[in-house]
Amino acid sequence: MSQYETVIGLEVHVELFTKTKIFCGCSTEFGAPPNTHTCPVCLGHPGVLPVLNRQAVNYAMKAAMALNCEIAEYSKFDRKNYFYPDLPKAYQISQYDQPIGKNGWIEIEVDGEKKRIGITRLHLEEDAGKLNHSEHGDGSLVDFNRVGVPLIEIVSEPDLRSPAEARAYLEKLKMIIQYTGVSDVKMEEGSLRCDANISLRPVGQKEFGTKTEMKNLNSFRNVEKALEYEQKRQKEILDRGDVVVQQTLRWLEQENRTKTMRSKEEAHDYRYFPEPDLVTLYIDEAWKEKVRASIPELPDARMARYQKEFGLNHYDASILISSKAVADFYEETVMKKADPKLAANWIVTELLGYLNQEDKELNEIKMEPAHLAEMIRLIQNGTISSKIAKKVFKEILNTGKNPQKIVEEKGWVQISDEGQLKEEIAKVLAANRQSVEDFKNGKDRALGFLVGQVMKATRGKANPKLVNQLILEQINQ
Amino acid sequence: MSLFNDSLKGLHKRLAKREITASDLVNESLRRIVEVDSHIKAFIKVDEEGARQRARELDEKLASGAERGFLAALPAGIKDNICIEGMTTTCGSQLLSNYEPIYSATVMHKLAQAEAITMGKLNMDEFAMGSSTENSSYHPTRNPWNPEKVPGGSSGGSAASVAAREVYFSLGSDTGGSIRQPAAFCGVVGLKPTYGRVSRYGLVAFASSLDQIGPLTKNVEDTAYVLQVISGHDACDSTSANVEVPDYLSALTGEIKGMRIAVAKEMMGEGIDPSVRERVQEAIVKLEQMGAYVEEVSLPHTEYAVPAYYLIAPAEASSNLARYDGVRYGVRKEGKNLVDMYLETRSQGFGPEVKRRIMLGTYALSSGYYDAYYLKAQKVRTLIRQDFDKVFEQFDVIVGPTTPTTAFGIGEIVNDPLTMYMNDILTIPVNLAGLPAISIPCGLAEGMPVGLQIIGKPFDESTVLRVAHAYEQETGPMPAPMVGGKTE
Amino acid sequence: MAISKAEVYKVAALARLKLSEQEADQFTSQLNDILEFANKLNELDTENVQPTSHVLPIHNVFREDEVRSSTDRDKALKNAPEQQDHMFYVPAVFE
Repeated sequence: MSQYETVIGLEVHVELFTKTKIFCGCSTEFGAPPNTHTCPVCLGHPGVLPVLNRQAVNYAMKAAMALNCEIAEYSKFDRKNYFYPDLPKAYQISQYDQPIGKNGWIEIEVDGEKKRIGITRLHLEEDAGKLNHSEHGDGSLVDFNRVGVPLIEIVSEPDLRSPAEARAYLEKLKMIIQYTGVSDVKMEEGSLRCDANISLRPVGQKEFGTKTEMKNLNSFRNVEKALEYEQKRQKEILDRGDVVVQQTLRWLEQENRTKTMRSKEEAHDYRYFPEPDLVTLYIDEAWKEKVRASIPELPDARMARYQKEFGLNHYDASILISSKAVADFYEETVMKKADPKLAANWIVTELLGYLNQEDKELNEIKMEPAHLAEMIRLIQNGTISSKIAKKVFKEILNTGKNPQKIVEEKGWVQISDEGQLKEEIAKVLAANRQSVEDFKNGKDRALGFLVGQVMKATRGKANPKLVNQLILEQINQ
Repeated sequence: MSLFNDSLKGLHKRLAKREITASDLVNESLRRIVEVDSHIKAFIKVDEEGARQRARELDEKLASGAERGFLAALPAGIKDNICIEGMTTTCGSQLLSNYEPIYSATVMHKLAQAEAITMGKLNMDEFAMGSSTENSSYHPTRNPWNPEKVPGGSSGGSAASVAAREVYFSLGSDTGGSIRQPAAFCGVVGLKPTYGRVSRYGLVAFASSLDQIGPLTKNVEDTAYVLQVISGHDACDSTSANVEVPDYLSALTGEIKGMRIAVAKEMMGEGIDPSVRERVQEAIVKLEQMGAYVEEVSLPHTEYAVPAYYLIAPAEASSNLARYDGVRYGVRKEGKNLVDMYLETRSQGFGPEVKRRIMLGTYALSSGYYDAYYLKAQKVRTLIRQDFDKVFEQFDVIVGPTTPTTAFGIGEIVNDPLTMYMNDILTIPVNLAGLPAISIPCGLAEGMPVGLQIIGKPFDESTVLRVAHAYEQETGPMPAPMVGGKTE
Repeated sequence: MAISKAEVYKVAALARLKLSEQEADQFTSQLNDILEFANKLNELDTENVQPTSHVLPIHNVFREDEVRSSTDRDKALKNAPEQQDHMFYVPAVFE
């Protein structure tokens, strides 16, 4: 890509985690039977009127603040007019020129380099219904359960310069939103959706090239793949000396290519105008402060704190904070008096490895932070060896039992009793005189063999450090 | 003598004494509908079964000694753009000829609470767009005073049914004069409340920032009664005002001594038919004789109200009427694909005036024209409001004619939209400013009723009613017209 | 600003209205009359005037985030011109 610079902007829609829809009292619960969460208001019946859900505004403000946006003092809603069967009123209540938040930013890191990506605006709007394919006919079937679920639309500045940066931005955005708790940000359930636009320009040129817009990007991987595809396609066009046609494209996941949805000529004229059925929003300092106070510590701050307070390395800290649930699990483990570094180690390698392998979420397992904390204490006070600990760890995951109890029941307590160990050592040394001689003659490896024999004799329960020390003592006597 | 010529108090007294029953009142309404509705065609649908049933239930309840509702047993006609669950609501449109609302408007809950009895749905210009009820896709309604004349519109059915004594009172809606203009043409009382006074929830939207529901009655006292019932804050309507509803009946003192009344010269000048102006001037003299202080004032931006309105209202309407797409309700017309279905449904379902306004509104909002048309009109709206604010710093009400002429002939101007639009020149400024205003009869000109419009300060319906009531007391009630050779 | 017949067709497409030749001619002339009339507003200097989109000085009207029971599904679908599998049937989006 040497002679061209890629410019990418992303438009992200996030469904807010309110109990009810934005303008009526219908539930937002996902996965209900079709058209069971509807009412005259969200079905757009004649004569109905919208009434704004306070919590939706609070959540939008919270997200906007977490993304470093300025919060509007006065904000209002507008109608975006277009016909589509999933849009009952044939207009979407959205925000045009007075969004709740604007001029925000987030920081991303790609290949060890940090970069700030601007957020142009964040506004509140309503979701549309869902079109399903009809089994008996070539038409579509409309399910209006989703219509009216509150959405925030987050528009980035054209600051992204590669598909990888785009992906990093999305991951960071998702992480921040997840931390604020205003959405469950599940792309597979559609609570986070992304449209992307991309253009190329000769390096050094100030003006943007002609952009194309891509829709239907249903995973972060697909966003990156589609952008890579489109970047390559546009480069080839420009290399040929042709011009890129401004258009909206659909990403075809199966075929790994894009397809034209509509050209610029068919572009919509949305005829925005102020929504007369709703009144303006006035957001004063007190309201802002109240929302601000509800924002938890965000990932960047947490990461810095983990490195500073707990002495974690960059890698472990970044893994821990990448999911709020994991970070919360970690913090609770530390709060239950586990050694912070050991806790980080166990979570990053063992716990996440297990979740990954089993394809499970943290809230689906039987282990609790208190279990892990106690297990770590058992290692530290010498009750169990690290080796045994791995067995204990598995057992906790399987049974949800207290580690102390597991160790007792299974008889896995480490033998640190010198008298008992000396007895075992004496037997081993007596049975392996040749090895003792070898060690004395400088064969260091023989010591390892002897320790191993003691461990074997105690079925792994002996404290290996202590065994080592005691054998040396006895041989050197 | 029709029962409906008695006052509400009189009827309720007779109900209490068991001289009459709710069923008697409903029968009276049904009898009169049979007698005259073939002449005036005020109804789109008469709910005979339902009305009789509701009357029987109410009679049983009253017989058991239960307390009587505020409007108990009074037969009411409802404009066909106000939703009643399970009762077809067409808005005068073919597109909604089969639409059965799945909920009821807030005003209907309130009327039910007050025990009024709904007789059926009244004719109107399609989607309330028109000033003559000729734009109903069912049939035109005729003026009870003269069947060759229009009843006005868009609440033509509401005004005609009350004038012809088919119902005791009716509800209409007013976006640019749609209650007051037909009230004036039919010689009845019609009030448009302050924007936000009455919930719009369940009123099929025409222009959301202007629409208000209001009563049409044969006298001012009845208007006060009905307004009392339908007013008040509604959590389902974000634009309904959370302000106290005063006791409107106590405002009817008959006394206007010392009241400051303004007469806007822009509403009395050129374009007002001399015979109308004469009646209104007589009324003003009467008010002065009754002790009011009258002075001429200026509302300098009045002439800009109609052009501003005909950008704002169609713009909002173009968006409000977009939902009639044949997907969830209404009459679908088949097409070979989705867009075709939309085109057929809407082109066959809407009449010419509705299409004209959708076109105009769509254009006014479209990219490149928004600032020049819609935004400009919204700014002019501010100037019009300010005109009123200024006058109301020194005056209690503004009076003038409701319409420039009396009722015009059926078919006379139906194909001339601009002339038709000018009919609302005196009522539109009031909607743009969101003010309350009433039209009351002030005599006849060439045998047709003339309306006197009284405009008040925001949420000061009380003063409007007080002046209207005092005038009515002084001059006596408007007689009922002869319909089909029969009077009541 | 006059509106051409081509523009009338464009606006009709936006509004999902199909116009006959005759309607298009009639609307072109009528809309031009109305717009010419609307141009009267240009006599007024509104440079420093705020637009009015609400006459009431109200702001911040909310409902609380509490679930209310939804409409019975059969009732929600009662008015549907065509339905299948408890959903609203529409013809194919693309031909």
